[in-house]
Amino acid sequence: MTIYFWDKRRIPLAWLLLTRQPLRLFVALAGICFAGILMFMQLGFRDGLFDASVTVHKLFDADVVLISPRSMSSISMSGFPRRRLIQAMAHPDVVGITPVNWNFLLWRNPKNLSTRSILALGFEPNDLLLKDPQFTSKANTLTIKGRVLFDELSRDEFGPVPAWFRDGRVVETEVAGKRVRVSGLVSLGPSFGADGNILTSRETFLELLPGTPPGSIEIGLVRLRSDANKDNIVKALNLSLPTDVRVLTKKEFIEFEKNYWRSSTSIGFIFSLGAAMGFVVGCVIVYQILYSDVSDHLPEYATLMAMGYRLKTLLGVVAREGILLAIMGYLPAYGSAQLLYALVRNSTKLPVEMDLQRAILVFILILFMCMGSALVAMRRLADADPAEIF
Amino acid sequence: MLKKSTVKISGLSHWYGKGSMKRQVLKSISMDIAPGEVVLLTGPSGCGKTTLLTLIGALRKVQLGELSVFGHELRGSSQKTRQLLRRRIGMIFQGHNLLRCLSAEQNVQMGSDLLKGLSYRDRRTQACEWLNAVGLEDQKRKLPHDLSGGQKQRVAIARALAARPKLLLADEPTSALDSVTGREIVDLLKKLALEQSCSVLMVTHDPRILDVADRLLKMEDGQLLPSIG
Repeated sequence: MTIYFWDKRRIPLAWLLLTRQPLRLFVALAGICFAGILMFMQLGFRDGLFDASVTVHKLFDADVVLISPRSMSSISMSGFPRRRLIQAMAHPDVVGITPVNWNFLLWRNPKNLSTRSILALGFEPNDLLLKDPQFTSKANTLTIKGRVLFDELSRDEFGPVPAWFRDGRVVETEVAGKRVRVSGLVSLGPSFGADGNILTSRETFLELLPGTPPGSIEIGLVRLRSDANKDNIVKALNLSLPTDVRVLTKKEFIEFEKNYWRSSTSIGFIFSLGAAMGFVVGCVIVYQILYSDVSDHLPEYATLMAMGYRLKTLLGVVAREGILLAIMGYLPAYGSAQLLYALVRNSTKLPVEMDLQRAILVFILILFMCMGSALVAMRRLADADPAEIF
Repeated sequence: MLKKSTVKISGLSHWYGKGSMKRQVLKSISMDIAPGEVVLLTGPSGCGKTTLLTLIGALRKVQLGELSVFGHELRGSSQKTRQLLRRRIGMIFQGHNLLRCLSAEQNVQMGSDLLKGLSYRDRRTQACEWLNAVGLEDQKRKLPHDLSGGQKQRVAIARALAARPKLLLADEPTSALDSVTGREIVDLLKKLALEQSCSVLMVTHDPRILDVADRLLKMEDGQLLPSIG
C-alpha cells in the first residue's frame, strides 16, 4: 500500500514553492516560531503558577484528604473537628490518619528582624506527613517543644536560615512573638499562597497559636490500603460523616486548590489572553506570507489549471504549504520553549515544565493558525483564470 | 470523411463585456482541424485569435455556436468536462509560463504527472526523455531563471508534449525569441508534434515561420478570411 502511494506521488510542489524562496520561508518560520514561543511561554507560566499553588499539597503522604467545607483555599483554611478523622478510621480500608493544623504565622527574619507571613503546619511528630523517607528522623527532633523544621526553598526574605543552619549555628528566631529554634531543614518549595513553610509539632503549634481550639484541625490526611478503591471510599466517607467535613481524594484536593487560583483570580485569564495574542499574531503573519505567495504565483497556478490540473489539486498545494509551515515552525518553537523553561525554572523557582498536553495543544494551535490562514489565502486562487494567461 | 476531425467549429461567436460595453470579438467562425494537421492562424492583434484559442482550449465557456474537440461538444459543458479535456490539449504560451520554483526537469514532469497509471519513476524517465528530445539534456537541474529565452520555450514545449496531447495550441511561441531561435523552436515543435500525430494550432505574427503550416488561416475583425493555404 505504501509502495503504491509512493509510486503515485507527484512533484512535491508545496515543498518546492516554500524551499525555493528561502527568504520568505525564513520570515514565515520566524513568525510562526515567535507565535509558538509566545504561546508556550504564556501557557507555561499559567500552568506553572497553578502548579506552584500546590507544591506542598503534592508532597503529603495521603490518599484521601478531609477538609472543612468552609475552606476556600490554602490561604483561607477553616477548621473542622478532629473527631471526624478518627471516625474515618472506622472504615476497614483506612490504614492511617494524620491530623494537620495549617495556618499562617508571622516569622521574624533572624538577620534583619523584619517579619513576614509564613505557612506553619502542625502535626504529631510520630505521624506520617510527607512521602520523603528521610523525613521521619527529622520529624523526631520536633518532639522537643519550641522546635521547627524550616523549608530550605523558602524565599530569601525569611533570612539566611538554611545557610546558617548548615554552618552549624543555632538558629533561633520568633514566630508569632514566641521563641523557636530551627531543628532541621526540609525541602518543600514556596507556593502561590505561601512564600515559605515551617513544620512543627502540634503541641508547639498550639503554643504559637493559643486561639486554636484544641479539637480542631484544618487538614486530615487519610492513608488507605494499597488495593483500595479511592473513589468508593471517598463516597462512603462523605455519606457516613456529618456535613461539617468534606472528603476528597488527594487528586481532588490538589484540583480544589488549583481551581481556586484558576477561577477566583485573573491569572488564568491574563495568561490565556497572552497566548491568544500569540495565536492572532501568528495568524496574521502566516496569512500574509501565504497570501502573497499565492498572489505571486497566480499566473503559474493558472497555467497548471490550463494544463488540466484540478482546482482541488491546487488548493491541496496551498493546504500542504500550510501544514509544512506548521511543522517546520513548530519544531524550533518547541526547542526554544524548552530552553526558556529551563531559564525560568532557574531564575524564579517556578515549576514551569514542558508537558505533553501543552506540547500537543500548541502544535494544534499552530496547525489551526497555518491551516486557517491557508484557507483564507486559498480564496485568492479563485482569481486564477486560465483564460487570462494567453 | 472517415477520420473524425480533432476540432470542429461551426458558427462560433463570442462577446466580451456586458450591456452597452458588449463587444463582439468572434463572428460566426467555422473551421476544422484534422488529426496531425498543422494550422497557422495569423491576423492583426485584437482580431480575436487568442479568444479563439482559449475557446478551443476549453478555457472559456462557449456562448454561441458549436465547438467540439475530440468529439466532445463544448457548449454547455461542465467545469469537470472542460478540465478533463484540457488534460488532452497541450498548450504553449507566449511567455512560456514555466513554474519558477521548479527545475527544467520538474517543469516537464508537471506535464507527465497528468498521465494516469504511470509510476513516479516512469513519469520521471519520460520527462527526461522529453528534455533530451528538445536538446536540453544537460540543463535538467537548472531553474527557469537560469535558462535563456529559447531554452525556456523548449522546456515549455517538452512540458506540453509530456502530457501526450492530441492537440497542441500555441500562442505566438516565437514572439520573445530572435529569428534563428524562433525558427528552431517551430521546426522542433512541428517535428515532435508529427511524431505524436498531434494536431497543432499556432497563432503567430511572425511571417518567417509561415512555411511550416499545412494550412494557413487569416483572421480579421473576428472573422476568418477565405483560406489561402
